Amino acid sequence: MSGDYLSGRPDEGNTTVVGDTDHDGALLEVNDLSVHFTRHGNKPVHAVDEVTFSVGAGENVALVGESGSGKSVTSLAIMGLLPKRGVEVAGSVAFAGRELIGLDESQMRNLRGAEMAMIFQDPMSSLNPVVPVGKQITEVLRRHRRISKPDSVTESVDLLQRVGIPDPARRVTEYPHQLSGGMRQRVLIAIALACQPRLLIADEPTTALDVTIQAQILELLRELVSGTGTALIMITHDLGVVASLCDRVHVMYSGRIVESNLRHQLFARPRHPYTGGLMESIPRLDQARGLPLTPIPGSPTDTLAWSQGCAFAPRCPNAAGDCKTQTPRLEMSDDRALRCFHPLDTEAARIGAARG
Amino acid sequence: MDEPLLKVRGLEVHFPIKRGIVLERQIGAVKAVDGVDLDIYKGKTLGLVGESGCGKSTLGRAILRLTKPTAGQVIYNGTDLAQLQGEDLRRQRRHMQMVFQDPMSSLNPRQSVETLVTEPLRAHGISFERHARVKELLELVGLPSSAANRYPHEFSGGQRQRIGIARAIALEPDLVIADEPVSALDVSIQAQVLNLLEELQERLNLTYLVIAHDLAVVRHVSDDVAVMYLGGIVEQAPSDDLYEQPLHPYTISLLSAIPVPNPEVEDRRERILLSGDLPSPANPPSGCRFHTRCPFRQETRCDDELPPLRELSPGHTVACHYAEEILDGKITPRSAEEMLTAGAS
Amino acid sequence: MTTPPDVLVSPASSGDADSSESTSGESLWRGAFKRLRRSPMAIIGAAIMVVFVAVALLAPVLAPYEPASTQWTNLSTPVFVQGSNSEHLLGIDRWGSDMLTQLLFGARQSLIIGVVSTLIGLIAGAGLGTLAGGFGGWVDSLVMRFVDILLSIPSLLLAISIAAAMGKSSFALMVAIGAAQVPIFARLLRSSMLGQNRSDYVVAAESLGLRRRTIILGHVLPNSLGPTIVQATLNLATAIIEVAALSFLGLGNDDPAVAEWGRMIVSGQDRFLVAPWLAFYPGVCIAITALGFTLLGESMREALDPKQRR
Repeated sequence: MSGDYLSGRPDEGNTTVVGDTDHDGALLEVNDLSVHFTRHGNKPVHAVDEVTFSVGAGENVALVGESGSGKSVTSLAIMGLLPKRGVEVAGSVAFAGRELIGLDESQMRNLRGAEMAMIFQDPMSSLNPVVPVGKQITEVLRRHRRISKPDSVTESVDLLQRVGIPDPARRVTEYPHQLSGGMRQRVLIAIALACQPRLLIADEPTTALDVTIQAQILELLRELVSGTGTALIMITHDLGVVASLCDRVHVMYSGRIVESNLRHQLFARPRHPYTGGLMESIPRLDQARGLPLTPIPGSPTDTLAWSQGCAFAPRCPNAAGDCKTQTPRLEMSDDRALRCFHPLDTEAARIGAARG
Repeated sequence: MDEPLLKVRGLEVHFPIKRGIVLERQIGAVKAVDGVDLDIYKGKTLGLVGESGCGKSTLGRAILRLTKPTAGQVIYNGTDLAQLQGEDLRRQRRHMQMVFQDPMSSLNPRQSVETLVTEPLRAHGISFERHARVKELLELVGLPSSAANRYPHEFSGGQRQRIGIARAIALEPDLVIADEPVSALDVSIQAQVLNLLEELQERLNLTYLVIAHDLAVVRHVSDDVAVMYLGGIVEQAPSDDLYEQPLHPYTISLLSAIPVPNPEVEDRRERILLSGDLPSPANPPSGCRFHTRCPFRQETRCDDELPPLRELSPGHTVACHYAEEILDGKITPRSAEEMLTAGAS
Repeated sequence: MTTPPDVLVSPASSGDADSSESTSGESLWRGAFKRLRRSPMAIIGAAIMVVFVAVALLAPVLAPYEPASTQWTNLSTPVFVQGSNSEHLLGIDRWGSDMLTQLLFGARQSLIIGVVSTLIGLIAGAGLGTLAGGFGGWVDSLVMRFVDILLSIPSLLLAISIAAAMGKSSFALMVAIGAAQVPIFARLLRSSMLGQNRSDYVVAAESLGLRRRTIILGHVLPNSLGPTIVQATLNLATAIIEVAALSFLGLGNDDPAVAEWGRMIVSGQDRFLVAPWLAFYPGVCIAITALGFTLLGESMREALDPKQRR
């Protein structure tokens, strides 16, 4: 059996909820969100523009992109964690029908931790190094759930148990540096889960971890979403993580969504040349060895301003004259959205996908 | 088979743990690399995979003598590099070069590209025609010759890695050790660098040791792959063999843990989740080093007896007492929950 | 080639890039200098410094009188106190010398002593620091213990003892002030070199087979110099103040013909109530000069800070 690590028993494995395609009344609705950084003396930077998506309860949504794609800024904007000075946030972020943009800091603070939580890439810098991890959990519990001190301690032990930390009663007294990277990330998830948030944003939660630990954390997130109906926004650059975990995928490039689709459709038939290019450029364990990689030329910094045309045009194999003079709009149809004048040929894409 | 370009025999790198301020005494050692044998063949690529902390980078650096091995041999052209000192060692360095993970920190920020790529030539007293050689090197790695007078911070990550590669091949080395050559780069750039490495191998007949944590990358570039766990090699095989039929429980778990960018495959996959973390190399487990996390662990033998590397099929060696039984399905893995409760007790 | 080269990133200069820059590239030093030029603090500091150096160099031309020549008048008040039409713009000092002349020549003295003493401190300190940080091991231990001994003596005390041992001369003053700065430079350079020693590019240089000497002098040292240069600029200010302080204590050159700001304060202090300007002018000169060097040093620190790069 050991050879077929790519296959397995069909009755096991997938525990993710199939994404609902009906977004009416979704938990989080992001509409035309834009974030501009304005530093005095410099030209404003359009970090995020025209970002629209929604996440329902129990749904697992991925924002995929490389450095500079705006995926992290989008999540920080949703959480209201961007600095106030030099940042202009426009558009709408509705959480359970309540508009978050423009909410004052104290209201935001009550929501964060209680209703929505975030976990970050680097668990070490997100934890306070001089406070025992148990205390960092009980602080959240006592602030948002107003429960007594002894109760919060038992609760924090429970939480650590739930995220799979062995010997949690001892671990609550330890400091972050005494834990391994995977343990710290679990503690961070425990803190995020402390108040049973309805929305969890995970910003590259496994990038700093080893594959075996990554698998543990992904399994934990998967169980969490299916078990408690928490909505999850997964921010990542790893297409493998997306394929294994997320229902719906939004691909971002240079601050805008360029393609959205349900997981299966996106991987089977990528339409945007950037999405297709990403899939062609990574070595894959699920395909025969020795297939040549087709890199995307240039680097993520070689962009055209969206106001002039398509930001991906300088690197795009399909780029034609209009790509550099007109801005493509995000065309929506059913489950799909695509921002491209010259998308990949569906047939060719299907053959490309069948290659594996 | 041909005589290998480089032979590593019983290589050990132990870092002493010291206590005391005035009178330092050694109270133990971190066994970063603990008895490794490797053969690297001319014109081939050997991949070295493992998780962080397994000692793969230390092994690479010990081969290059950037870290002094505490025991063992590194035999190149009949000389044992592990024993060389001073000027003899420095002269040997031109035959082996390194490509680093982070191209920004491995390039001196105050040197122009031209100085960066020609400095090794000057250090080894090789005469060259400056402009022609710089142009040639930059062309080889796909940079325009106008890059020569610029500085590292003016380039993107992928371009910086190209500069690092140009510097490494400037001395026309036999062996290039690439330590995580693409993991610091954006996904869309990684393929550019991987293709460049392959192309240079063909053009310059280079031999590679590619150290990486990403099994997909290693499979793509390597002819042979060695899997490292806690300072030792647990399995080594030709790339196709290893990925089609992994024999060591660690390799099996590692391969099953990697998410694949294909939802069809992902939905049907059976995962073997490893519990816990890498044990400390300062205090490695007795017996088989993997037994504390192994889902196939059998009572007592795995805990007591260190399994040697055995050749099960031509070129495919594995360090596991029960490799055959696992392959035949006679031993089945325990679930992660069982492992967790077992580990906590 | 299967891999098309990336499009070159355009140089980062903000708008004012001329065509030559697109091929020549911008080194870190040049980038730092550019940032320095944009900082108002640096410009003020540099302006003060330029004026100070110009005054010091051109003192014989600018000064209305011969230095230390006695102008026997009965007035010791500046022009604005006395009224108009005085020959002595800032009055005369207690020995009847023209105040402005003395101040101008005093700048000369301060500059020479400040620069020379800082150079003594910098060269000796940087030498020791390079030895310690570059070679490490027992060399490091030996050098640093010596530096610790130097450091354990209060700097003013050290300066006083050197000045006392060498006699009252300008050179003794320079050595005294320089010696007190040696530990500062040595420790600073050593620690920044040790920090660089572990960085990847030093490992890279070693793997390329460069000689140890080349690595230390060509790679580690240039990348560690930033903080030391900043410290030297700041120390110039301290040195000028210390010259004044030591002169004030009577340890400087006691030739009355050589004007020196510190000694001018001393000679003015006993008449502080009746003629406050005698001590006030040299005091202001010291303060402004020190401020100029400090401003420049601080803005250099900011400009050289790697975090300031885009």
